[in-house]
Amino acid sequence: MTDTTTPAATDATGPVVVRTTRASRAAAVVALPVVALLAALPYLVAPNITRLLVGLFTLVLLATMWNLLAGYGGMISVGQQGFIGIGAYAVLVADLIGVNPYLGLALAAVGAAVLALPTALLVFRLHGGYFAIGTWVVAEVYRLVTVEFRAVGGGSGASVTGLSVFPPVLRGAITYWCALGAAVLAVGGVYLLMRSRLGLGLTAIRDEPTAADSLGVRVRAAKRVVFVVAAAGCGLAGALIAVDSLRVQPDSIYSVQWSAFMIFMVVIGGLGTIEGPVVGAVVFFAIQQLLEPYGVWYLVVLGVVAIAAALVARRGLWGLLTLDRDVRLLPTGYRLRP
Amino acid sequence: MTWVNAVVQGLLLGGVYALFACGLSLVFGVLRIVNLAHGDLTVLAAFLALVATSTLGLNPVLALVVVVPVMAALGFALQRLLLHRSLRAGELAPLLVTFGLSIVLQNALLQTFSADTRSLPAGDFGTAGLELGGGIAVGWLGLSTLVVAVAVLAGLQLVLARTPIGRAMRATSDDPETAALMGLDDRRVYAVATAIALATVALAGVFYGMRGTFTPTLGPQLLIFAFEAVIIGGLGSLWGTLLGGLVLGVAQTVGAQIQPTYGVLAGHLVFLVVLAARPSGLLRREEVR
Repeated sequence: MTDTTTPAATDATGPVVVRTTRASRAAAVVALPVVALLAALPYLVAPNITRLLVGLFTLVLLATMWNLLAGYGGMISVGQQGFIGIGAYAVLVADLIGVNPYLGLALAAVGAAVLALPTALLVFRLHGGYFAIGTWVVAEVYRLVTVEFRAVGGGSGASVTGLSVFPPVLRGAITYWCALGAAVLAVGGVYLLMRSRLGLGLTAIRDEPTAADSLGVRVRAAKRVVFVVAAAGCGLAGALIAVDSLRVQPDSIYSVQWSAFMIFMVVIGGLGTIEGPVVGAVVFFAIQQLLEPYGVWYLVVLGVVAIAAALVARRGLWGLLTLDRDVRLLPTGYRLRP
Repeated sequence: MTWVNAVVQGLLLGGVYALFACGLSLVFGVLRIVNLAHGDLTVLAAFLALVATSTLGLNPVLALVVVVPVMAALGFALQRLLLHRSLRAGELAPLLVTFGLSIVLQNALLQTFSADTRSLPAGDFGTAGLELGGGIAVGWLGLSTLVVAVAVLAGLQLVLARTPIGRAMRATSDDPETAALMGLDDRRVYAVATAIALATVALAGVFYGMRGTFTPTLGPQLLIFAFEAVIIGGLGSLWGTLLGGLVLGVAQTVGAQIQPTYGVLAGHLVFLVVLAARPSGLLRREEVR
C-alpha cells in the first residue's frame, strides 16, 4: 500500500487529495506479519485449531461477499446459499470426473459466476424485498434440480472421496491455506474493487441510484458485476465447506441458514464497511462456538441482536468500536488534507 | 381424467396460496414493506391454533375465534414496536428486521415445539368431500378454503375501496407525507393494515394446518409460495393475487402428476417464466397518472 497522494490542484499550496489514513498505514504495516503468522499456523498449532479457523475464514469470506452485495451494491439477497450449494457440488463433480478436489475450488468459483449471469437477468427485474425473495426462489430451484441428479447422490448427497490420497495432516493444512487465501483474497479484492472507478460508482448507487444514473454511472452493469463477484465468492465458500467436511448434503448446503448467518455477521459487524463484516464474522463465530451446546437458542439471540443493530446501531460493532469517528483501516474514499 | 383431477385439486390448493398471499400483498401495498417473516407468522398462527385445540378442546375452525384476534393484536404491536421504527431507519432496515424476526420466530418455535410434524385435527370436515363423478372428488375443506380466500380478497377490496380506513390506507400508500398533512395518523393506518394482514395470516395458518402437516421450519417455504402468487398475479392487484395463487396451485399439482418430486419445482419454474416473459404479472393494475 503505497502513499497515493495526488495533487488536487495545480496550486502546490492548496489542499491535497489523499487515499490513505494514519490508521490504514498502520494497518498495512501490521497486516503482512499477521497474514504471514496465520499462514505458518499449521506448523505451529494442533490440527484441530486450524480446522476451527477454516470455519472462521469461510465465514469471513461469506460476510465480505454479502456486504459487497448489500452494503455496496444495495442488493439484499436471501439466496446466496444457491451459489454456496453450486460451489460445493462443483467439488463433488470434480471429484467424480477424477480432478483433484482442490482444483474444484477454482471450478466452483467460475461455475457460480457463470450461473450468476442468467440468474441476474431474471432477479434484476425485482427490487427491494421482492429481489430478496426472488434470489431465494432461484436458490430453491438450484436445490430441487440438484437433487434430481443421481450421480451426485440425489436427495441424500455424497462424500468427497478424492482427498483420501492425502495424509490427514497434510489435507488439513492445504484446506487451511486455501481458506486463508480465499478470505484474504476476498477482503483484499473488495478493498481494491471499492477503490476503483467501479467502486466509486457503486458508492454513488448505494446512496442514491437515480442520481448516480443521471451522473452517468452505469447502474445495471455495476450491479451485475457485484452480483457475479459475490456469486463467485459464495461458490468458493461452498467448495471450501465441501473439502473441509468431505461430505455434501443438499438440504444443509442449500439451507437459507447461510443467508441468515451472512446477514447477522454483516449487520452486527457493520454494513457498508470492509472492516465490519470481518469483525462480525469473528463475533458470530465466537457466539456460535460458545452457545452451540444450548441448541438453536443462539440463533434467537443473534436474531434479536441483529434486529436491534438494524434499528439503533446502524454502523454495527465497527461503528461502536470506533465511536463513529470514521476510522478506516481499509479506506476506500478520497480525503482532503489541507 | 387424472389430469382434470390434478387441475381441480390445484385450484383448491391455489385457494390456500391466495389466502397466504393477501397478507403479504396488503403489507407491501400499504407499508411498502416486504415482510420476510410472513411465512413464519403463518406457522406461528398454526401453532397457536394447535395449542388452542389441545388445551381448550376446541375444533380448529372454532379456534379461529381465538387465533384471529390474537394474531391481529400481534400485528398491531409488531407494527408499533418494530416495523414503524424500521421504516425510519433506512431502506434496508425493514428487510433486515423482518428477516431477523423470521429467524427468531422459526428457532423459538423449533425449541418450544421440537421439529415434529404436526397437523390440526379437522375430523370429518377434513376428509369428507363432494363426489363429482369420474374419480374426481372435491374436499369440503379445500372448497371452503377457496371460498374463504375469495371472500377475504373481496372483503379487502371492499374495505380499501369503500371505507374511510381503506381510503386512509390508499392515501398513505400513495404519499405518506401528504396524507399526514391532511390529518391522517400514519402510525394508526399502518398498524390497522398490519393487524388486518395478520388476521388473514391467522386464517391461512389454520386452514393450512387442517389441510396438511406443518413444522416450525415450514415458514420460508410458505413465504416463497405467497411471494410467487403475488408476483405471478401482478403487484398491487388483489384479484391478481387470487389468480396467481390458483396458477401456482395448478402448476404444482400438474407438476406432481408428472412426477411427485416435480410439484414444487414446477411452481417455481412457472414463476420464473412469468418473471421472464411478463415481469409485471398476469393482472397488473394499469397505472393511472
